[in-house]
Amino acid sequence: MEEQFVNIDGKPVLIEGEKNLLELIRKAGVDIPTFCYHSELSAYGACRLCIVDIEGMGIVTSCSTLPRGGMVVKTYTPEIRETRKMTVELLLADHDMRCPTCGKNGTCQLQALARRMGIRDIRFKPTRKPLPVDNSTFSLVRDPNRCVLCGDCVRVCAEIQGIGAIDFANRGAQVTVTPAFGKNLDEVDCVYCGQCARVCPTGAITPKSEVEAVWNDIHDAKKTVVAQIAPAVRVAVGEAFGLEPGTVATGKLVAALRAIGFDKVYDTSFTADLTIFEEAGEFLQRFASGEDMPQFTSCCPAWVKFAEQNCPDLLENLSSCKSPQQMFGALAKDVLPSDLNVEREQLSVVSIMPCTAKKYEAKLGKFERKGMPDVDHVLTTQELARMIVEAGIDFNLLEPDSLDMPFGFKTGAGVLFGASGGVSEAVLRYAVETVEGRKPASIDFHAVRGAAGIREATVELGGKPLRLAVVHGLANAKAVVEKVRSGESNYDFIEVMACPGGCINGAGQPVYSDSKVRDKRTAGIYAADKQLDVHCSQENPYIHRTYAEVLGEVGGDTAHRLLHTGYQNRRRLNHAEMALHQGEHTDRVNVTVCVGTSCHVKGAQKLLSKLIRYVGDKNWGQYVDIKATFCMEACDRGPTVNVAGIEINHCTMDKATEVLDAEVGKLLATVEVRAGKAGYVTLQDFEKQTAAGILRFLETLSQDKGCAGCQPGPNGCGCEH
Amino acid sequence: MIAETCDLESVAQCYDKAAKACTRRIIICAGTGCVANGSLRVHSAFVRAIRERGLAVDTVLRAEGEGFDDAEAKTLVTKSGCQGFCQMGPLVSVEPDGILYCRVKPEDVAEIVEQTLILQEPVERLLYTDQTTGRHCHGTNDIDFYARQRRTVLKECGTLDPENIREYIGHGGYKAAQKAYTEMTDEQVCRELIDSGLRGRGGGGFPTGKKWDLTRIQPKGKKYIICNGDEGDPGAFMDRSVMEGNPHSVLEGMMIAARAVGADEGYIYVRAEYPLAVERVRKAVDDALAMGILGDDLFGTGESLYLHVMEGAGAFVCGEETALMSSIEGKRGMPSPKPPFPAQSGLWGKPTVINNVETLASVPLILRNGAAWFRSVGTQTSPGTKTFALTGHVVNTGLIEVPFGTTLREIIYNIGGGITDQEGVVLEDGFKAVQIGGPSGGCLTKDHLDLPLDFDSLRSVGAMVGSGGLVAMNNKTCMVKIARFFMQFTQNESCGKCVPCREGTKQMLALLDDIIEGRATKETLDLLERLARTVQRASLCGLGKTAPSPVLSTLRHFREEYEAHVFEKRCPTGNCKDLADFRILAGTCMGCGKCLAACPVGAISGEARQPHTIDTGKCIKCGACLATCTWNAVVRG
Repeated sequence: MEEQFVNIDGKPVLIEGEKNLLELIRKAGVDIPTFCYHSELSAYGACRLCIVDIEGMGIVTSCSTLPRGGMVVKTYTPEIRETRKMTVELLLADHDMRCPTCGKNGTCQLQALARRMGIRDIRFKPTRKPLPVDNSTFSLVRDPNRCVLCGDCVRVCAEIQGIGAIDFANRGAQVTVTPAFGKNLDEVDCVYCGQCARVCPTGAITPKSEVEAVWNDIHDAKKTVVAQIAPAVRVAVGEAFGLEPGTVATGKLVAALRAIGFDKVYDTSFTADLTIFEEAGEFLQRFASGEDMPQFTSCCPAWVKFAEQNCPDLLENLSSCKSPQQMFGALAKDVLPSDLNVEREQLSVVSIMPCTAKKYEAKLGKFERKGMPDVDHVLTTQELARMIVEAGIDFNLLEPDSLDMPFGFKTGAGVLFGASGGVSEAVLRYAVETVEGRKPASIDFHAVRGAAGIREATVELGGKPLRLAVVHGLANAKAVVEKVRSGESNYDFIEVMACPGGCINGAGQPVYSDSKVRDKRTAGIYAADKQLDVHCSQENPYIHRTYAEVLGEVGGDTAHRLLHTGYQNRRRLNHAEMALHQGEHTDRVNVTVCVGTSCHVKGAQKLLSKLIRYVGDKNWGQYVDIKATFCMEACDRGPTVNVAGIEINHCTMDKATEVLDAEVGKLLATVEVRAGKAGYVTLQDFEKQTAAGILRFLETLSQDKGCAGCQPGPNGCGCEH
Repeated sequence: MIAETCDLESVAQCYDKAAKACTRRIIICAGTGCVANGSLRVHSAFVRAIRERGLAVDTVLRAEGEGFDDAEAKTLVTKSGCQGFCQMGPLVSVEPDGILYCRVKPEDVAEIVEQTLILQEPVERLLYTDQTTGRHCHGTNDIDFYARQRRTVLKECGTLDPENIREYIGHGGYKAAQKAYTEMTDEQVCRELIDSGLRGRGGGGFPTGKKWDLTRIQPKGKKYIICNGDEGDPGAFMDRSVMEGNPHSVLEGMMIAARAVGADEGYIYVRAEYPLAVERVRKAVDDALAMGILGDDLFGTGESLYLHVMEGAGAFVCGEETALMSSIEGKRGMPSPKPPFPAQSGLWGKPTVINNVETLASVPLILRNGAAWFRSVGTQTSPGTKTFALTGHVVNTGLIEVPFGTTLREIIYNIGGGITDQEGVVLEDGFKAVQIGGPSGGCLTKDHLDLPLDFDSLRSVGAMVGSGGLVAMNNKTCMVKIARFFMQFTQNESCGKCVPCREGTKQMLALLDDIIEGRATKETLDLLERLARTVQRASLCGLGKTAPSPVLSTLRHFREEYEAHVFEKRCPTGNCKDLADFRILAGTCMGCGKCLAACPVGAISGEARQPHTIDTGKCIKCGACLATCTWNAVVRG
């Protein structure tokens, strides 16, 4: 094909497959300003800053124009200048201008553009009426007063993550970006990945800061504060201090943390190595037995929440391993108190993460022991950089320092976790040697590396093909999940990272605008692997020592207690369970009746009343617990009643009492029947108590987010919602 | 069930036979305006009265097989779509007598039956009286409002029963579609349209045939045809009237368009605020499907076409084609950048033709009568006729249709009957301006009274045909306030996507408020103009690009009025309350004290029977004094 040129400001520029004129002009070295353009998202054309003047077409937005040979383009005419300047001025007039206290102060694009365009005066009146700030999550703060309505967050959530937790609402001057019905982020399907915050040009969505809490711990003389550094942090933190993206700055980072006042500095890559032992061990078992295949990774909390919300049918397929952050927390809180000679209560574990979802993960109740979280605080790379600046430390002058042992020792495999494909590669490095008893020919598995959103690879493992999929971006994950459900694909191992590119591109990383940054950070991760002496998790001597001294066997009881976890089906309203009657005997038979929409219309309510009466008539009050619950996800087989763990579908009174009689009979045979009837409830009291319970229950429900019908089970409950 | 292919000829014959069996026909306007004024009650009153008089009466034309009966001469009482003269509604026409009765109430019906049906005499008091001559006009032929129009697209709106498909077929309906499918190639249909010079009636004025041809040449496969019935301009109701009055003409136009581009599915997007239009279009689609006119194997050609009726949700911006398509797709109605144009990638990414209601309703006429016929009216570059919704300070308001090239003077004075004051009294020399083309259009002044109106002449003077709203304004109208009115509208209706439109309209409104409320300086005026040009230049869609038009065009034609507001803090028409000082004319004041008592802030003082005065420092400009003065001694300005 003939070469085609576009004349840009008098210079011919060769078209090389650029998808729009904007990219071509930027290639030619002219920095066209934009708010709403991101090469990874669809062209939106809303900010109108990328306008150019094309001969014969007039003023058009370059983001939505295809370059054509022979075009004559001017990028800066008096008209364009005035238009751009006025556009930014209009935005400023509508903006909350409390810049000094904004999280994006210094990295804000609106600020940068105002500076670049030389805007010194805003001739328009401020028009903004204050809107409430959404502080509902542990991960993100949404401040609509700083929003320029570019829609980047809306598109990244819908297009890249396939979620659509936020969208535009209202018309004209009232337009806002908001979760549905003006709810807060914690009430919708947000997975806290923070990609919205990453693309936000202003401070409208920012990671929630825990800087104050961390300073408090550091300045608390009684506390011992230890840090764990996630793999992806080391290749990005330098950007905040003018270093090239991808520079591996582990040593300086350690020195900075010590200078700030951290007592010990460890590496999350250590527990990434540990994850490989547990997760690959788990995988090899499943691979051999064929059960619960394929196995999905579970290190990414945003993906885990996404799966809990959207794929409850596949939760068994998720690796039961905690994420490296939580493994570290559990291990640290278990081992360090004695090793460092501190009270467990006085040990503060702070993780330095590239991620906002990690903040949410650390706050989950299941990662708490004795009322204390395994990980006390999560700082993003950005927050740490701010603390370094705040403390007056010149990052660039720091002498590199080394990490503390034993949890500071890691292999290259542990560092690879920072990039998409890294977990898979680390697993392969471990699995091939474990199964085949010999080192793989090359430890670099290039098949799982790369930038494509879904990558597939097949690797020979013990004479069997091992089929891997590496996915980043939850929209891609959704597509792969569909393939798994339909049986179209037969993967064995699926690595999912929510953020495009993996953790290196997390929302907690330093703000960037150059699209090459992501690749440079990825390159940094592979360089960090190369720089280390050992590259396979199984070669980490401290892991072996930890198993020997603390954990016992891989996958053993202690390992399970500290390093594994379970998942929650978030489509079910688990907390919406009402105890209608609680027996007082130590051993009781548990009766649960589903009163979800589908079961309700099939007569669950009547069944429940009859069962209560039956138990009362039989005088079994003290031996039976009766609960009403929501969706057991057998909507097509309702009404569903569960008696002592036995699920009865298409339940009738006869079916229920048959099981109940047997179970209570078994129970009564084993217990000594108490003399007298003092502890029994009369039937009348029993029903009164029940009625009050139902009322309380209904009250809690009305305050809830919706009915179970809104979140139908896999078969659909037939609810109109 | 979908019927077999329809034989139009036999349907028409049956219809003719049935029509001949009716000696008289009473047509009651059931357009929205007349319905609101009680025309449906008039309709039932007629049926009752005729029956009570012992005459045979029917409300539908019954063909053979549907209860056809020519045993006795019958009076047919039907409803029609909008007859245009909304101000005079409810309208009742009696055919073949050619009588048009205005403002008919149910209690007038008995008299009409007696006088006109039995005695063959008109009821004079219900005839239209020409305001200037005092003459009683018998029917549409001698009412200037009608006689000076050229009703082609609207012709059958006022006569046909819009809910009876047979009637449409009886009047030659669907023959043009049949011709397009059975006798012409897709290319020939496009050619015919290109030759006719028909331009889009929705605002842009893009040649319809060219638009079709661009879609036709796209690779074969799924294509869509969309009828844009999301008419949202304040005061405009042209498309509504066509959809309510002759829905089948729109359907036929869509069939021809579908034939021309190779589409087999289409959408009719109607504002939900037009419930009657939705109902009638829906019925039209169902009837056409039942008769085998729509559906599969159209006219035995093996082609198929299915149409869906879709209700909009009330956003003005959904009249913009890309926003309309995302609305059909179930997304938020927001425009997207063009290119790609709908012809390349429209609804669900497929090539799509999207035409306005009036455009589509013109199409069957062109195919029936030929391109040359269509070109015989109108101007060289804008052939054909155009409907306008004439409102504002004119004697006759309503829906009109005139050839392109008609002058404003003809419309305002001869059809509209002249300019009136706020109370409806005719003003000699009271004309100030018209706003043409709705909130996106511009204003025309006295200088343009003799300008032949067409797409290009209007554009050259900074206005546009737009969808055809025509608001006449008398010389008591403040043009700054008019600009503000339209700005308020576009500001509310901006989708909020692009910065210039969302923020720019808001700020233009604020600047206009500054001018109207007396806070403006020279800089305000300068900034307003610069901002208007920026919004015009940089907005994403047509709504935004044209949003500043009312400001720019009033600035162009009435700059001195703006300047009076800004520099002299004076509203020349006395409309802007904040700029108007209330004064008492010493010579006229009788010192009655009414104003003094009425003033809520005690700003008026004066001895009894002596001229009073207003302390402008205290005055809050509430106007209570003006309202109470019986001597016309209080003035504003």
